[in-house]
Amino acid sequence: MGVIILLLLVSISVAAIFLGAFIWNVKSKQYEDEYSPPIRMLFDDAPPKKETTESSK
Amino acid sequence: MEVAVTTCYHCGLDCVAEEIHYDDHQFCCEGCKMVYQLLNEHDLCTYYNLNDNPGKQQKIKVREDKFTFLEQDKIQQNLIHFQDETKAHVDFYLPQIHCSSCLYLLEHLHKLNDGIVSARVNFAKKEVSIVFLKEKTTLRTVAELLTSIGYEPYISLNQLQQQPANYQKGLIYKLGVAGFCFSNIMLMSFPEYLGLEDSEQNLQNVFRTIIFVLAIPVFFYSAQPFFISGWKALTKRFLNIDAPIALAVLVTYARSVYEVLSGTGAGYFDSMSGIVFFMLAGRVVQQRTYDQLTFDRDFTSYFPIAVEVIKKNLTVPTALPDIKVGDTLLIHNEELIPCDGMLVKGRGHIDYSFVTGESAPVTKEMGELVYAGGKQVGGNVEMLVMREVTQSYLTRLWTNDDSAADEIKGLSFLHGISKWFTVVVFAIAILGAAYWAWADPSKILNVVTAVLIVACPCALLLVGSFTNGNILRILGRNKFYLRNAQAIEEIEKVNHIVFDKTGTLTTSIKQKVEWEGAMLSWEDESMICSLAIQSTHPMSRAIAKHFIKFDKMNVTGVVEIPGKGVSGYIDGNYVQLGSRQWIQTSELDNKKALSEVLVAINHKYIGRFIISNQFREGLSPTLSFLKKNYKISVISGDSDKDEPFLRELLGEKAILKFQQQPEDKLKYIKSVQDEGDHVMFMGDGLNDAGALKQSNVGIAIAENSNNFTPASDAILEAGSFNRMPVFIKMSKANKVIIIITFIVSVVYNVIGIYFALKGVLSPMIAAILMPSSSLSILLLTYGASNLLAKKWKL
Repeated sequence: MGVIILLLLVSISVAAIFLGAFIWNVKSKQYEDEYSPPIRMLFDDAPPKKETTESSK
Repeated sequence: MEVAVTTCYHCGLDCVAEEIHYDDHQFCCEGCKMVYQLLNEHDLCTYYNLNDNPGKQQKIKVREDKFTFLEQDKIQQNLIHFQDETKAHVDFYLPQIHCSSCLYLLEHLHKLNDGIVSARVNFAKKEVSIVFLKEKTTLRTVAELLTSIGYEPYISLNQLQQQPANYQKGLIYKLGVAGFCFSNIMLMSFPEYLGLEDSEQNLQNVFRTIIFVLAIPVFFYSAQPFFISGWKALTKRFLNIDAPIALAVLVTYARSVYEVLSGTGAGYFDSMSGIVFFMLAGRVVQQRTYDQLTFDRDFTSYFPIAVEVIKKNLTVPTALPDIKVGDTLLIHNEELIPCDGMLVKGRGHIDYSFVTGESAPVTKEMGELVYAGGKQVGGNVEMLVMREVTQSYLTRLWTNDDSAADEIKGLSFLHGISKWFTVVVFAIAILGAAYWAWADPSKILNVVTAVLIVACPCALLLVGSFTNGNILRILGRNKFYLRNAQAIEEIEKVNHIVFDKTGTLTTSIKQKVEWEGAMLSWEDESMICSLAIQSTHPMSRAIAKHFIKFDKMNVTGVVEIPGKGVSGYIDGNYVQLGSRQWIQTSELDNKKALSEVLVAINHKYIGRFIISNQFREGLSPTLSFLKKNYKISVISGDSDKDEPFLRELLGEKAILKFQQQPEDKLKYIKSVQDEGDHVMFMGDGLNDAGALKQSNVGIAIAENSNNFTPASDAILEAGSFNRMPVFIKMSKANKVIIIITFIVSVVYNVIGIYFALKGVLSPMIAAILMPSSSLSILLLTYGASNLLAKKWKL
């Protein structure tokens, strides 16, 4: 019986992780723009976080 | 004989002017070349590798100090939506965004200006969110940088107002939570359905506790919209469809909580969360929004955010709401006149195409009145403000809004059905209670609650929202975008269709060009065309398009004078194309001035092109179908020159009105509504805005969905105009599908009520009935609407 309860907890927490991921997706506006994310990841030089150096010239 | 033309490396237009080379690439104008140079310098030429000719044509230059108003605190505060000590966040709407190159370039803005920390594009909304360092750069520089690479931000007056919050998102969170809880509750309920042995009593308690906990967010969070809407309706003494649903959810929850806490049963948490989940899903499907479209634009989306006010010989950029009567405004070339006033300096060539759909500019002399909504073409002018922005003729059409009209629009026939449904359900519950009061009083509560649980009108809501949602999707796929589900029902009730003429029945893309004058020789034609393609004026473009083949000749000394015309030298001949005021001739003295372009070679008038609007393709079959079933009116701001044609097409009964002011259109719609007609109005320009709003269904026609359209219930892409009859048929089918599917779902209700009245509604029966009813509803409504769509080739 203990095993069943353990399995229950595991299954619910896995589902909860997916729920969290879903909410995170909506929050980060992934569903608002379906065009740019797949293209953005194909750019060779991803926009850097800090200021760029001019060395790439 | 066709000419091999090279196309511009930046924008893809034909290079017709003098040759512009740079880095082995051809450009059509200096503007395009400059953008290329800038990108090349900063190593951003991937822009050109991702797509061919990704740029937008740069011939029309943007005035240098156009963005000075961005230095004003008040305007900055409204545009910058977040800022701290060092950084500021701003969103710009860039209508030019159209391909992956745009995305690439805009997201690498930091390479062009190191004050920019990051830029992120929302492609669907055509917006870029920019974060910049306040020390290193300013809002104005950012706007100017965007302009210099060909993405001029569109900053309009409505950005001065609060943006409405995105309520759709809340619904999606609620749906997610409901889905999570529903699926887990279902899973945990299986042991209960299949039966547990007595020895496993503990396990049963564990399952029930988990289910109990999982149902809490469903009831208190996900089901909120139904409670709120139901309560709102009740306080207005009106029974809408959400009120009985909220009651059913409440009863189900209360009874289930009681059963679990008292240990008498497992409750109906599974059915409840399932219903909530499916109904929320239906709402999300139905509230489908089109990102690229906005249905409630008013004049503020068209008007600039600021204009220049002349004060003591200085020009001060001023936010539009701050303009007072008596101010003098400086209106530059290509700028919109924001309010009614009098011209005090300069000569106005005012293009009211924005307002009326008619593209020929109107000449205004000093001292004449000019109205808001016109666009100045030509030199700068000064005007004296006579009415404030909100008081101007055009804007008043919006501001005197009729909230009564909106209220009538809000009621669906579903609410009527649901009222009857609720009455019947209550009657059954009372009868059941009466019977059990006589047979076994202890079962009364059980039976009454079971009837309410099983027979809630959620099936009706599901049918309605899923059918509406799917029909909206089918119509949207065919470029007919409805604002909401209510519009489908309104279309179904229409019995009178009113059309605007210019821009609605006629197309503004293709014009009819007629030549009046002596026969033109091949050489003359070639000369005229070679000159016409030098100009970006819509009339020159129409002429150039009119002649399909010509010899491209070398033109030198091209001069384009806004509002007058274009001239140049070809083979030693001086050729002029332009207006009557510019090319003087006695030949036309007593002829009507239509939309015309006069042609003179070596100062001698040789004839004129008459440019008129062309009726849309497929107009006559569409109208002859519609006139059989509807009253038809055409109401136009234009002269009556097309009356014979329209009369023949529409027959004797149709009402044709010409030379109508925007206000007349609105009044006409009101008058036929007073006679009891349900009116659909189709129009395009700002001058139709009042009528669009007043009509029961206002449909704005757009040549493409990126264009601005006035507030309306629906937006129709012009190419789909001739499919209007099918769209109407589809909207009518909507109601039939809803009713048929609803009748089917009633069968499930009857089965459920049978068990409920017997007092033996077990959670398992409820849990089987509920999803199977929802699923069969879904299949039926999707099947039926898609089948019809296929039949009508939608």
